[in-house]
Amino acid sequence: MKPFTVLTGRVLPLDRAHVDTDQIIPKQFLLTTGRAGLGRGLFYAWRQDPGFVLNQPQYQGASILVAGENFGCGSSREHAPWALLDYGIRCVIAPSFGDIFYNNCCQNGLLPVRVAEPTLRPLFQAEELTVDLPGQQVRGAGAAIGFEMDPFRKQCLVEGLDDIALTLRHEAEILAYEVRP
Amino acid sequence: MPHPTHPPQTLFDKIWERHVVCQPPGQPSLLYVDLHLIHEVTSPQAFAGLRAAGRRLRRPDKTFATMDHDVPTDPRPFAILDQEAAAQLAALAENCREHGVRLYDLESPEQGIVHVIAPEQGLSQPGMVIVCGDSHTSTHGAVGALAFGIGTSEVEHVFATQCLWQRRPRTLRLVVEGELGAGATAKDLILHVIGRIGTAGATGHVIEYAGSTIRALSMEERMTVCNMSIEAGARAGMVAPDEVTIEYLRGRPFAPQGEALEQAAAGWRGLASDPGASFDRELRFEAGEIAPQVTWGTSPGMVAPISGAVPDPAAMADAGERQAAARALAYMDLKPGTPMREIAVDRVFIGSCTNARLEDLERAAAVVRGRRVAAGVRAMVVPGSVPVLRAAEARGLDRIFREAGFEWRQPGCSMCLGMNPDILRPGERCASTSNRNFEGRQGAGGRTHLVSPAMAAAAAVAGHFTDIREWI
Ligand code: SF4
Repeated sequence: MKPFTVLTGRVLPLDRAHVDTDQIIPKQFLLTTGRAGLGRGLFYAWRQDPGFVLNQPQYQGASILVAGENFGCGSSREHAPWALLDYGIRCVIAPSFGDIFYNNCCQNGLLPVRVAEPTLRPLFQAEELTVDLPGQQVRGAGAAIGFEMDPFRKQCLVEGLDDIALTLRHEAEILAYEVRP
Repeated sequence: MPHPTHPPQTLFDKIWERHVVCQPPGQPSLLYVDLHLIHEVTSPQAFAGLRAAGRRLRRPDKTFATMDHDVPTDPRPFAILDQEAAAQLAALAENCREHGVRLYDLESPEQGIVHVIAPEQGLSQPGMVIVCGDSHTSTHGAVGALAFGIGTSEVEHVFATQCLWQRRPRTLRLVVEGELGAGATAKDLILHVIGRIGTAGATGHVIEYAGSTIRALSMEERMTVCNMSIEAGARAGMVAPDEVTIEYLRGRPFAPQGEALEQAAAGWRGLASDPGASFDRELRFEAGEIAPQVTWGTSPGMVAPISGAVPDPAAMADAGERQAAARALAYMDLKPGTPMREIAVDRVFIGSCTNARLEDLERAAAVVRGRRVAAGVRAMVVPGSVPVLRAAEARGLDRIFREAGFEWRQPGCSMCLGMNPDILRPGERCASTSNRNFEGRQGAGGRTHLVSPAMAAAAAVAGHFTDIREWI
């Protein structure tokens, strides 16, 4: 996994609540056995509208998505963070996230940041933001906003740790559990 | 009995505690997984990762696979015309062969939707930790298990270690008391709850459903309720095991048999939350207030009783809600104030892991018997598994549906998510017994209204939504 430390990037504002993973990457793109190239399916249905943010020139090259509450609710498809990453998004800032989507982001080096309303509001207008994971701060739009992050997740993201290798260090405990009566 | 020196524990606490492999300071808990279910869509990248790292699948004996999402529902055998779907199914078969995983493929007499077949085979048992790369894994909580959906990276993690890192979620006891009114079913109960608490109402929580209404539900009805826990944002939903659970499991292929079942049952009864156990949150509902429900929007929380009308976004106090409702009505092509019962349907889908078990089909058949599907409506029934299909056919349900003009199809996820040939065309409006009415869920531009099987059946006959209470 690619480590995540400090990211400065252009903002993609998506001021909608309850954006589900079916919208992030619709079903027709799930018929794959790989992870690559899913960016072309990102927000596929909404993208058909020329006015949609993804189609506006000022947001090209964005790496920080700012969105409404409960972002990534619904289906467990990890294709959602894969599609965001493939498109170039490395960080999503929203008031809240679907639980499984949040996990999936962390597993892929895509940083989910919780910023509550109304603190979030001005970020929709920001052109560029800096997200500092070690410092747990979002900077830009004239503000510095602290955010919470589970220390274990933070360490895994900052160091780009492979979860499985980490777990296999506990092999003796797993074995002991398996032979427990 | 609570241990004299232990504080009273919840069902969740008991299962959690028994599955902690280790708890390094400052880290989440490493939780052991008893049952890992997989399907064709969310597993191929996990197998590829395992292979790339040169790791083995640790416990093939605790891993079970089925084909459900991509599967066409035509009479079998058939050739799968979609090349990508065929490749995904072939990859699952190959991966299962290579790693020694039992697979319920399209020739198997046990094949079906993952969340239908695992309880049906007795694989899902009380006290277990069950995971699957699928958000509706919450279904299995109905047997008194801790069951939740995971992503593909976590699927790979379970393949390699049989464990998962988890922070302890919060607990929510959702109590429903009293008797459900005529025509109101488990589906209406859970839609009503989601309508009240919202689709993020239980985020970060595991729900334990309790109270006299829940106790009175059959195992299949409990599955319907737990299935849609994820639509309330919950990690998992569960119901304490009781005699209903034990009788349900009796005689199922993977359940303990004979004396072993009685012994296991004694342990299962002890899993129920202790009196006085504390939950982080508690919510109460009255069953008597629950009417048959129909969703009107593009999120399961956008729901109204059948006697109600499409709401007016302008009347909503919250700006975000107003904007979301307006968007939803535009997508759904509905006008505020339209009575729910005047909304006409083009398609009817009775199926999915929410409502494609035998009791669901029986309830729908009871409505359809001796009647005809309205002119211009295309209606289909897709049993959740081959055993459900066989049992329904043995009872003559297929005949009732066929004679009424329904299509009787082969098991799979079908039109729940449109990853197979069963999809809505743009603009088509569907009464569906599935669990998600998201934009495009059943096909690009399709409009989904979530309802119970009986309400779907009645809509098929009437050609529009109608109050099932007037039919019984
Ligand atoms: S029936 Fe629908 S919700 Fe259930 S597993 Fe299949 S696609 Fe998912």
